[in-house]
Amino acid sequence: MPDRHADRLLEAAARIILGKERELRLAFACLIARGHLLVEDLPGVGKTTLAHVFARLLGLQFQRIQFTSDLLPADIVGVSVFDRETSLFRFHPGPLFAQLILADEINRATPKTQSALLEAMEERQVTADGRTLTLPTPFFVIATQNPANQIGTFPLPESQLDRFLMRIHLGYPGRAAERALLMGEDRRRLLERQNPVLSIDELRALQHAAQDVTVADALIDYVQALLAATRADTALAAGLSPRAGLALIAAARAWALIEGRDHVLPEDVQTVFPHVAGHRLHLAGDARGLPPASLQRLLQSVALR
Amino acid sequence: MFAERVRRAGEPPLSPGTLPAPSLTPGQGLWLLAAAAVTLAPHTAYFPPWLSGLCTLLLGWRAWLSWQRQPPPHRLLLLALTLASAVGVRYAFGHFFGKDPGVALLALLLCLKLLEIRRARDIRSAVLLCFFMQLAIFFEDQSLPVAALAVCGTWLAIVALLALADPNAGHRAQLRTGALLLGHGMPFMLMLFLLFPRVQGPLWGLPADAASARSGLSDTMSPGSISDLGESPEIAFRAEFTGPLPEPAARYWRGPVLTQFDGRTWRTSSSPESATPSYTPAGRRFDYRMTLEPHNQRWLLALDFPGPAAAALRFSSANQALLPRALQSRSRFELSAWPDTPTGLHESTVVLAAALTLPDGYNPRSRELAARLTAGGGSDAAVLERVIAHLRGSDLTYTLRPPLLGRHSVDEFLFDVRRGFCEHFASAFTVLMRAAGVPARVVAGYQGGEVNPIDGNLVVRQSDAHAWTEVWLAGRGWVRVDPTALAAPQRIAAGLAAALPEGEALPLMMRQDLGWLRDLRHRWDALSNAWNQRVLGYNPDRQRELLARLGFARTDWTMLVGLLSGITVALLGALLAWASWQRRARDPLERNWQAFCSRMARAGHPRAPWEGPMDYGLRLAAALPQQADALLEITTTYARLRYGAARERADIRALKRQMDELELR
Repeated sequence: MPDRHADRLLEAAARIILGKERELRLAFACLIARGHLLVEDLPGVGKTTLAHVFARLLGLQFQRIQFTSDLLPADIVGVSVFDRETSLFRFHPGPLFAQLILADEINRATPKTQSALLEAMEERQVTADGRTLTLPTPFFVIATQNPANQIGTFPLPESQLDRFLMRIHLGYPGRAAERALLMGEDRRRLLERQNPVLSIDELRALQHAAQDVTVADALIDYVQALLAATRADTALAAGLSPRAGLALIAAARAWALIEGRDHVLPEDVQTVFPHVAGHRLHLAGDARGLPPASLQRLLQSVALR
Repeated sequence: MFAERVRRAGEPPLSPGTLPAPSLTPGQGLWLLAAAAVTLAPHTAYFPPWLSGLCTLLLGWRAWLSWQRQPPPHRLLLLALTLASAVGVRYAFGHFFGKDPGVALLALLLCLKLLEIRRARDIRSAVLLCFFMQLAIFFEDQSLPVAALAVCGTWLAIVALLALADPNAGHRAQLRTGALLLGHGMPFMLMLFLLFPRVQGPLWGLPADAASARSGLSDTMSPGSISDLGESPEIAFRAEFTGPLPEPAARYWRGPVLTQFDGRTWRTSSSPESATPSYTPAGRRFDYRMTLEPHNQRWLLALDFPGPAAAALRFSSANQALLPRALQSRSRFELSAWPDTPTGLHESTVVLAAALTLPDGYNPRSRELAARLTAGGGSDAAVLERVIAHLRGSDLTYTLRPPLLGRHSVDEFLFDVRRGFCEHFASAFTVLMRAAGVPARVVAGYQGGEVNPIDGNLVVRQSDAHAWTEVWLAGRGWVRVDPTALAAPQRIAAGLAAALPEGEALPLMMRQDLGWLRDLRHRWDALSNAWNQRVLGYNPDRQRELLARLGFARTDWTMLVGLLSGITVALLGALLAWASWQRRARDPLERNWQAFCSRMARAGHPRAPWEGPMDYGLRLAAALPQQADALLEITTTYARLRYGAARERADIRALKRQMDELELR
C-alpha cells in the first residue's frame, strides 16, 4: 500500500521535527509530486533539519549548498579541470549532482548563480563544456530564503519563483513542541541514528501512484473557477497561469494520496492552494507575495458547486 | 431560457461619448447575413431584376466588410443609398402604397440595416425585419419550399439573436439551441393553425393576386394555341377517384365548347345556363374529388359528363359545367361523371344551325373535298364514316411543332403540310363535317392525365390540353369524335409523349427514359398535393369538421378563444414541467446533495458556498455529535461519488437512503 509508506515516513519525520506535521506533509507532498520546495522563514526554525530529515529517511544522496553573493555557477554545477596525464579536460561534478539539494539562503547569490540552479531544477540536467549531463533521480531541491533580512540580497524574480511547486513557512514551534525540543536529545544526533524508512523504489511508486489519483470533472471545474477568480481579481497584478493550474492539481493529487484517497477532493485543492499560489501571486504595486489572509479570502470567494 | 440569455448579455458596454468600434462579431455577422439571404432568396423571384441585384450587392458588401473586419460605411453614404433606393422603388412601381413597393422597400431597408449595424439594438431590429420579410413572402407564394425556407430563415434569425446574447458559444451549440427554441414553438404554432378562427378564402390571397394572368385554356382556339400549352408541365388539376379510374379513352375533361368559326379562330358562343344539365345521366358512374388550380375562368373542366353535384354548379346548353364566378384560388369539388350518357338527343334547331355555319372565302379545297365525299349520298353517319376513312388514309402526322399556316389554315393542313397538333385535327375535321352538312363543333379541354403511383391521384397538366370534335347524329345526339386519334391513337391511349413521332424533342419531364426523374416528380407532386390539401386547404369548413370530430359541436369564436387559451395554458405548463424535469434529471447526486444541504441549513448549519463536503461533514459532526457518524458517512460517500472515479446508480440510491434515514433532533 503506497499510502502506508507515506504514513511510515511521516511518523518517523514527526518524531524528529516536533509539532510540524502539516508542514512535513506539505513538503512530502511536494516531493511526491516531483516538485521543488521553497521554505521561507527565519533562521533557526529547522529549515535545514527538514532537508536532512528527508534525505536521511529516504536514503537520498544529500548535498547542501550555502548560497553567498560570491558563489559562481561553476561552484554548484562543477568545473572541467585539465588532466596533465591524459591531456584532456576532465569534468569534476559540483554539489548539484545529488538527489536532494538544500540550497540555503538562495536569495543571497547573484542572479547568474540563481538561474544556474533554477535551470537545473527545471531541466533536471546541466550543460557543461558543451556536454549535457543528466542529474540523478529523484532530484529534489529544498531552497530556503530569509524574508526578514533583505539587505544585500537578490530576490528571486516571479518567473523563477514559478519553478518551485510549493512554498511553505515553518514558523515557531508550539509551546509543548518547543519544550520537548529543548528537553530532548540533539536532533542531528537523533537523525544520525535513524535508518531510512522508505527506499527510493518505494518513493518512485508513490510518485507514480500520485499520477493515477482521480481528478473528476467536477474538480476540474472547481480548479478552473479558482484560476478564473485570480484572473478576475483586479487587486492582483496578474492571475495564475495554466502552469500554475497544473501545479495545483499535481500538488492536490499528492496530498490526496498522502491522505489515503484515490481521488482529489476540493478540500485537497484548498489545502495546497495557499502554498502553490502564494508565491505566484502578488498584489498590484507590491512585489512581495500574497499574504495568507488574502489567499483565504480568494478561496472563500469561489463557490463550490 | 432564451430571455435569460438575452438579458444576461444586454447591451455591449459602450460609453455614449466614444465612437464605438464595429460591435458585430464575425459569428453574429455570419448568422445575420445567412438569415437575411435565406429570407430574401424567395422574394427575388417576384422582384424586378435591378432590385434583386441591388440586394445581392448590398449583402455581398456586408459579407466583404465582415470578412475584412472593416467598420460599417459612413452614415451619410448609407443615407444617400437609402434615398436612391427609395427613388428607384418609386420609379419602378409608380407609387409607394401597396404590397409590392412596400415589400421591395422593406427588402432594401433590411440590406441597408445590415450595413449600419453598430450596436445590439441594430441587430435586433434587423432580425425583426427578417421575421417580417418571412411573412411577406406568403403574399406571393405559399408552396412547401417557400414555407421550408421561411422556417430556415426563422431558425437562422433566432441563431443570430443567440449569437448576440452569447457571442462565445460554439456555432453548433447555437444552431442546436435555436432548433430547440423553434421546437418549443411548434406545438403553439400547430395549435394556432388548427384552432385560430379561419377566414373564408386563402388567408394570403389579396385582391391584386386574383387578376393576374394565368396560363391555361382560353375560350378561343386557333392553330398553335394549344400546342403552346403542350410543353407546359404546370398542373391544371388533380383528381382523386374514390372507386376505379375510367379507362384512358374515357378521360375527356370538358372545357369550353367552340362553335363559331371565322376561318381561322374558333370561339365560344353564348349559351343559356341552367341549374341542371339538359341530359339525364346514365350508364357507368365515377366519383372523384377534383382539386382545381386557379385559372381565372368559370369552367370547371369536369369529366364528361357531370351530373348534379354538391357545389352550386351551372350547366351550359353545350353541356359544360360552370362555376358561379371565375376561379381565383385552388378549390376542391366533389364530382361525379357518367361517361356513357347520351347528350343532345333533342337539340334545338338554332344550335344545330349554328353548328353548320362556315365562313365564306376560306378553305375552298376542303369544301370541295367535303362535296366529293358527300356525293355518294347516304345518312350523316355514312358521311362521317367516309370522312374518317379519308382522313385515316391521308397520312397526317401528329407533332408538337406544327408549321405556321396561312389564310386557308385547314386546306394547308390537310393538303400541303400534313403536320399538326390536336387543334389542327379538330378544326379540320369539324370544318369538313360542317361542309358535308353534318352539325359539328369543337370541344376544348384536357384529355388523359397521369396516375401518380405515390398517392394514386390522377394528375392532369397543361400539356394534357386537347381539342376534339362533337358531331350531331339524329337519334344519337352529340357523338364525340377525336380526329387526333385517327393519326395518333397513342395520344388517347398513352398520352402526348407516346404519340409524338420518333426524334421529336420532348420537354425534359416528359421523356420516357428518365424514369428516376419522373419518379422524383411523382413524389414531389404527391408531397405538394398533400401540402395543398392539408395545410393550404384547411378552411373554415374543415376546421368545423375537425372540431366536430373532436367533440366540439358549437364553433363560435368564444368557444375557439376558450379552447385556444386552455390549450395554451396546458402547453405552457407542459413546457415548464419538462424544463424542471430536465433540470432535476440532470444529476440525481447533485439533487440529493442540494436537498441535504438545504435541510442542514434549515437546521441551522448552512454550508458555506466554498466549503468542501468533507470539511462540511466535519463541521456538522462537531455541531451535532449524536449524528456525527451518520453525517460523516453521508458527506464522505457524497465526496467519493462526486469526485471519485466510479459512480454507480446503486451508490446514489444508498446515499439517498442514508440521507432519508438521518434524523435530526
